[in-house]
Amino acid sequence: MRRIRAAAVITLTTALAATVTGCGGGTSTDEGGSNDSPKTLTYWASNQGPNIEADKKILTPELKKFEKETGIKVKLEVVPWSDLLTRILAATTSGQGPDVLNIGNTWSASLQATGALLPWDDKNFEAIGGRDRFVDSAVASAGAEGEPPAAVPLYSLAYALYYNKQMFADAGIDGPPATWDELVADGKKLSKDGKWALGAEGGNLSNNIHQVFALGQQHGADFFDASGKPTFTADGNVAAVKQYIDFMAKDKIIAPGNAEYAQNQSLTDFAKGRTAMVLWQAAASTFASQGMKPEDWGAAPVPVPSGVPGADKQVNSMVAGINIAVFKNTKNVDGARKFVKFMTSDAEQKLLNKTYGSIPPVAAAQADPAFAAPDLKVLRDTLANSAAPLPQVPEESQFETAVGTAVKDLWADAASGTPVTTESVKKRLDKAQQQMQQ
Amino acid sequence: MTSTVTPPVRKTGSGADRGDGGARRRRLPRLPDRIRHGGLPYLLLLPAVLLELLVHIVPMVIGIVMSFRELTQFYINNWDKAPWRAFDNYKIVVDFDAPLGEALLHSFYVTCLFTVITVGLSWLFGMAAAIMLQENFRGRGLLRAVFLTPYALPVYAAVITWAFMFQRDNGIINHVLHDQLGLTDEPSFWLIGDNSFIALVVVAVWKSWPFAFLMLMAGLQNIPRELYEAASIDGAGIWQQIRKITLPSLRPVNQVLVLVLFLWTFNDFNTPYVLFGDSAPEAANLISIHIYQSSFVTWNFGTGSAMSVLLLLFLLLVTAVYLVATSRGRKGSGAV
Repeated sequence: MRRIRAAAVITLTTALAATVTGCGGGTSTDEGGSNDSPKTLTYWASNQGPNIEADKKILTPELKKFEKETGIKVKLEVVPWSDLLTRILAATTSGQGPDVLNIGNTWSASLQATGALLPWDDKNFEAIGGRDRFVDSAVASAGAEGEPPAAVPLYSLAYALYYNKQMFADAGIDGPPATWDELVADGKKLSKDGKWALGAEGGNLSNNIHQVFALGQQHGADFFDASGKPTFTADGNVAAVKQYIDFMAKDKIIAPGNAEYAQNQSLTDFAKGRTAMVLWQAAASTFASQGMKPEDWGAAPVPVPSGVPGADKQVNSMVAGINIAVFKNTKNVDGARKFVKFMTSDAEQKLLNKTYGSIPPVAAAQADPAFAAPDLKVLRDTLANSAAPLPQVPEESQFETAVGTAVKDLWADAASGTPVTTESVKKRLDKAQQQMQQ
Repeated sequence: MTSTVTPPVRKTGSGADRGDGGARRRRLPRLPDRIRHGGLPYLLLLPAVLLELLVHIVPMVIGIVMSFRELTQFYINNWDKAPWRAFDNYKIVVDFDAPLGEALLHSFYVTCLFTVITVGLSWLFGMAAAIMLQENFRGRGLLRAVFLTPYALPVYAAVITWAFMFQRDNGIINHVLHDQLGLTDEPSFWLIGDNSFIALVVVAVWKSWPFAFLMLMAGLQNIPRELYEAASIDGAGIWQQIRKITLPSLRPVNQVLVLVLFLWTFNDFNTPYVLFGDSAPEAANLISIHIYQSSFVTWNFGTGSAMSVLLLLFLLLVTAVYLVATSRGRKGSGAV
């Protein structure tokens, strides 16, 4: 009996241990990057289109084209945004990742700090046609200043205000608002009969960050100081977060239900005529996939306090975009560089960015007339004149989680009728800041 | 007692008489007596122990080592080079005045409450259903199958369906509670705010009570019917029969069932993660999610591992106390 009990204790202990210790594994990768497997590549593409299947449909013919040109077969996996960072992190820890992958440009500095990505020094940039081919602001959002970028810009994006022309006409409003005061005034006219003025994605941490970052810039604040220390509770940041939440809590122009949105439901609401405006990056293909015709909606710059977007306090968007990166321990570093070169070639840049409704970060492709359509012109002008990159600090990813969660919790307060005050906003941001500093 | 080892040897030998076993009979005596009589169970356990080592013990040891290191994004690609921090990670996570420790304590409290309610309700529903389905009636087989459905469904698909059902504006829960029954003044939030705890418990109970049902149903079938018949003749009502016959007879089953449900529920990650994503509302922020956030979302595997180790120690302690208490109780009842 004692033996059986001993065996049972061993089994129970190990089973118990397995349930709670999730950390483990991992191989160290030093300089990495070989050509042991020159005929294949694996590619993790981020979900850019309306859904994963659409992305596969768009990318597969291009990958075949690349295979025909180089003889290298590319195995494609489209990864949803909600999973991408975790997948990259797991791949970094284990050393078992794809050869080439897309990353959100805001994660560049964080992922650069892990040392898992191939640095794009002059030699690597030469292999894809040179750094000068790319727009400066796009390269600036590919890693920390003063270091070789961790990735290469692939699709550039900025925020615009999308509005429903018919709903505006029905409310007797001439055109899109240029200032926040106008947006609130128009919003009150539009929010009636079960319809609402503005959509939000309260449960989407990244989206929360993008919105409060631009508003923070307008209040003259930054979420990190020059030395890289968090300054979340700066007056400008508190005011920015409160202003954003007040659209629901005080101005009542956002539906309370938006507090739990995290799966692009605000775009569906817009496409179905339930909300009149939405702040989004390149939403055209999603609207089209939900049955909206291009003439049904318009795009305008995101409002600013003065009505005229520009530098400094008139910043109205973060520099959004997708970068393409190479895992340092790839077994086909030459092939990976060739693939990046192919994806960032003028022809592919025009084709892919046209399809996704984004702006090419490659200057020559950006000049194509296809990117002069009214909505894309808004995005282009915003990127050129009034967009700022999110802080390129190693802790950027944690910042998105900590502050994004604080904003999410404030949305929940606003939706449930709990008062949102300057103090309550400051308290949440203070907690987020303390979490960052531990 | 010694015959418990010898008969299988003889059987093999007799089988061998039909062909190949002659050689086997010749080989067996070469095993030292020590192994044959004392070590054989361990020899048989060896493959399992080796696998356990590989799959569980080694990762666990690595996890413990990680808890003593400063493992942030700067080192995850090369984590064996992460600086040694001794007990610093532990000090941070148990500093309950600081945000990280405070959040850990809060999630621990939420998890305890969640576990007690979920295990309690799962056991209660499982017990009620098992007793109900003891009697033979038309459709009993169908009902048994239906009751076991949640246990058979893939967790992700089931929980994501619940997430849709709990949506404020388009979910069926509010449609029924608010639109059809008029029980609430306005549609409630279930996936954010305080109600999220209720939503989490509902889904967890729905998911785990069929296991309790299955175990208890099997246990009930081992209780002789004569006991109930005799009790009935003696005038015992249904409650007395449950209290005096069913519950004492099910004691060994319940001992295992409650322990397993407790461990599964306390460590449940899938339900809150699928229901709320990687940023659960405060009211439903279970410790498993909190550890995941610390490790994979804020990229601090060192503190995440320290929390995991503390959780392991807590669960081991609770399990040990539970096993000692229940086995004492059993001895006590046996003596009576």
